[in-house]
Formats: sequence, C-alpha cells, structure tokens
Amino acid sequence: MKKSNNLMKDIKKNKDCYLMLMPFMVFFIVFTVLPVFMSVPIGFTDFNMVQPPEFVGLSNYVNLFLSDKIFIKSVRVTIIFALITGPLSYALCFLIAWLINEMPEKLRAIFTLIFYMPSLANVYTVWKIIFSGDMNGWLNSFLIDWGVINSPVQWLTDSRYILGVTVIVQLWISLGAGFLALSAGFRSIDRTLYESAYIEGMQNRFQELVYIVIPSMKPQMMFAAVMQIVNSFTAGTIAQNLVGFPSTDYKAHTIMTHAYDYGWVRYEMGYASAICTVLFIIMFFCNKLINKLLKD
Amino acid sequence: MGYIKTRSQKSGSVFIFIFLITAGIFMLIPIYLTVVMAIKPVEEIFLFPPEIYTFHPTLDNFRDMFEVMNNSRVSFWRYIFNSLTVTLSVTVLQCAFSSMAAFVLAKCRFPADKLINGIIVVALLYQSNVIYIMQYLIMSKMGIIDNPLALIFPSVASPMSLFLMRQSISQVPDSVIEAAKMDGAGLFRICWQIVVPNQKPALMTVVIFAFQSSWNMHSDSFIFQEQFKTLPTVVNQVAASGLARAGTAMAASVFMLIPPAIVFMFAQKYIIETMVYSGIK
Repeated sequence: MKKSNNLMKDIKKNKDCYLMLMPFMVFFIVFTVLPVFMSVPIGFTDFNMVQPPEFVGLSNYVNLFLSDKIFIKSVRVTIIFALITGPLSYALCFLIAWLINEMPEKLRAIFTLIFYMPSLANVYTVWKIIFSGDMNGWLNSFLIDWGVINSPVQWLTDSRYILGVTVIVQLWISLGAGFLALSAGFRSIDRTLYESAYIEGMQNRFQELVYIVIPSMKPQMMFAAVMQIVNSFTAGTIAQNLVGFPSTDYKAHTIMTHAYDYGWVRYEMGYASAICTVLFIIMFFCNKLINKLLKD
Repeated sequence: MGYIKTRSQKSGSVFIFIFLITAGIFMLIPIYLTVVMAIKPVEEIFLFPPEIYTFHPTLDNFRDMFEVMNNSRVSFWRYIFNSLTVTLSVTVLQCAFSSMAAFVLAKCRFPADKLINGIIVVALLYQSNVIYIMQYLIMSKMGIIDNPLALIFPSVASPMSLFLMRQSISQVPDSVIEAAKMDGAGLFRICWQIVVPNQKPALMTVVIFAFQSSWNMHSDSFIFQEQFKTLPTVVNQVAASGLARAGTAMAASVFMLIPPAIVFMFAQKYIIETMVYSGIK
C-alpha cells in the first residue's frame, strides 16, 4: 500500500515529464506499438475486414507452416536475401565510410553525397529500363551490340536472374542512414589515437581498423546494423516494383510480399497478421543475434 | 592536425581516391542515365544501340510530364500541394514531438523512463514499411483511410527521430539544466528556450529524414481519391506506361530527386555531427 502511494507521489511529482512525453507516446503507441502487438491476437482469427473476426485458434499457423508451400518458399527467399544483402551492404557501408574518411574535407562531402544519392528518392525505376527484357533494355542492347549474347535476356522475368538483379539494385540503394551513422563514427575517432599507435609500432591501415577503429565505433555499428536489418527484410517491396508481383516462380517472393498478398490483395487479414507475427519475431531475434555478435 | 603521415599512408591515399571514383561512377551511372533519358527527345529513345548521351537536349519530357498529369481529373499542382502538405506536417510534428519526448527521456528521471528508452531502441526495427499492413487495420478502425491524415499520422512519432534527438540532448551538461531550474524555469521552458535551440544539428537530421521519407511516401495503400494522392504515386503511374513514356517517367524521377538532394547538400554537415551520437550502447 505504502509502495503504491510512493509511486503515485512520484508520478505526480513528474507530471510535467509525462505531459511532454504524451504527444509522442500517443502516436507511438497507436501507430507502432499497437500494430506490432495486434498482429498476435488477429493472427488467431479469420478476419476479412467486413465481418467481425472469428476465433480459429492455431489454424492460421498450422496452415502457414504445414500446407502453405509458397510461405515456406518466401521464408527461404527472405533468409537468402537477408543473408546476402545484409552482410554485403553492411560491409559496403563500412568500407565506403572508412575510405571517404581518409579523404580531405571537401572531397568527403562530395563523395558522401554521391554514395547517399540513390537512397534520397525512389529513383530505382531506371533499373527497369536498364534490365528491360527486350532489345531496348540498356544491358541487353549493349551485350547484343558487343556480340556477347545473340538474343535479349529476360533479366526481370527469367527465374535464374531475378535474385541477382534484385540484389544488385538493393545494394545500390543500401547506403542509407546506417552509412551516415558509420561516416559520423569514423569522423568522431580521436586522431591522436592513431598518432600514438604509429609511434608504438603500428604498421598499416588494416591494423588501424582492428585496433582503433572497430573498438571505438561499436555504438554506431550497432545502429547501422539495425538499419541494415530493416532494409534487408523489407527489400521485397523494391523487388515487387522491379520484377513484378508475383515474381516468376516466386523467386523474389519475400515474407513481406506474402503478407502483402494476403492482406492487400485477398483481404485475409487474419492470415496476413499471422505472417506478420512470424516476420516480427524473426526480425526481433535477428536483431538480438547481431547485437550479441557485435558486443563480443 | 599533427598526426604523422607515414609513407605507406600517403601512397595509399591515391589508391583510395581511385577506388572511390570508380565505385562512385558505378553508383552514379543509373542516376546519370535517368537524367540523360529525361532530357532526350522522344525519337532518340528507340535508337539501337541506345546512346548514353544526347546532342539535342530538350525539356519536352518535363513539359509532357506536366501535361500528362494535368490531364488526370485534378491538376498537377494539386499533387505537389498534397505532397508538400504531408511533408511539411510530418516534418514539423516530428520535430516538435520528438524534441519534447527526447528532452524528457534524456534529462529527467521518473518511473518507467528506463522501460520507455528500451522500447524505443527495439522499435527502431519496426518502421512504417515493416508494419504498414497492421497500420492499415488500425486506421480503417479509426476511419481515416482515404483521408490525408492517413499519410501523416503513422509518421508523426518516429522512433528514429526520437532516438537521434535523445542521444544528442544527452550531451547537454546537467549543470545547464540545473541552473535553469534554480532560476525557476519550468521543464517546458527549459526544453524550448534552452535545450532545443542548441540542437540545430540534431534537428536538421530529423528534418532530413522526415522530409525524405514523407516526400517519397506512396499514397496508394491508404488513399484512393484522386485529389488526395501524392506525387510518388502519380509518378509511379506515369512510369508504369512503358518505353514510349520512359522519357517522361525519367523526368518525373529527376523532379522527385531534386528537392531532397538540395536539402541534403545543405544539411550534410549537421547530419554527420548528429550521427556521431547515434550509437546504441
């Protein structure tokens, strides 16, 4: 009883704090927290947005894992996609940010702008023309002109190339917020650290990286990792624009696209919620895992 | 800077420069092609093999873009107006709400503060593009689907903006705030008159990300009425009509790219300054 009294007092004393938090928290709870947690109860129902939801127990999940072959495929595509684009684009962000930092001030600003440009706006529509499957596609027409191939290749619809094409485009736009965070991290490293390390016998840039840079940039690296996870799990949306929906043979069909299919196209919200729940859980644990890896 | 440049480093810089230039060219090729296609006259688009430059630059595509869009039920200016309204509201609300919340979370101790801080870090994962299907359900319950509010509300409370602001405000020495409290200033005044005016880099960063995400926001999931659609949606519709319209589509892409590029050029310095504190500990 006394404890709760104290808590009430504490809350009253900090009334202003809560007042100032409120506007943000109201929107945050309604549009971020609620959507994430709501997917769990709705996932147990059959809900088409017109009739009230009907409780169906675990049947959505049973269907998902046991009879929905396309879902299993989409999990595989998502994991392959995340495993390729995640580490690759993270390494790319790190490498480019590091090299740019070695340049003089003026060049840094220009290079940062160049590498960040693709993520500024949705300019990836041009890739549709580059990879277009007829003779008018840029890639095809050059390859034909140079005699490398005889007839146009269906880059966007041939199931052999879809994954490769989407990975390239994804890498192209992957130098986003994470890249900026890493650039800032490099810039914040105390230059005198290098100086003393060289006096103590450090030989080259690679040693700099291992002994100075990585230890002092852990926090920014964590932030960049979170951004990279979000990017690689939502990559499906870009693929959807490029290779069409559904893609040939479901080669670029990610969990996101699968949820979109059921939520948006078929209005089976219960099933879509179950898919989202699975996605949210995978992302959460992926984040946990990467935090662990970076901490040690 | 008084830091000793060893020989290996000096010679390495040239290689780094060459590497960056090469990589930079690869990054720029698609953007370059976008621009070239945008200023190419229509008859050159069907040349085989396609030329990667043009001798007859023209603004016809831009004119076409305005015309094509003007032929829809509402005028092109209406889409620009919609995009600007959404972008401005999101940017202003995001700055205001996340400044206040960030100040409180960084500088005040109260019940549940740790919990909220923890939740925000996890929430960085669940951005709009991950949860939009669930957001749709909530907004349809609220009855704001097909209403401009559906484009503004979900982006108002961005965990990323709050997080960046909080990290930056944590750097303000506690003594400054204590001194202001001694003078009898309330929390609200300390926040708006002392702390926030000194957070220009962080604010600029929030502005950039807010501007960028809302300027590029597609309205097709939440909006069905023509008069509420935003630019990216309409640009996509133009872009979808095949090669003959490619020039127009590319003109629209260039048109979409310019505003965020300009904002970024001016704000870059501040962003890098803020991102120094972006670390998750």
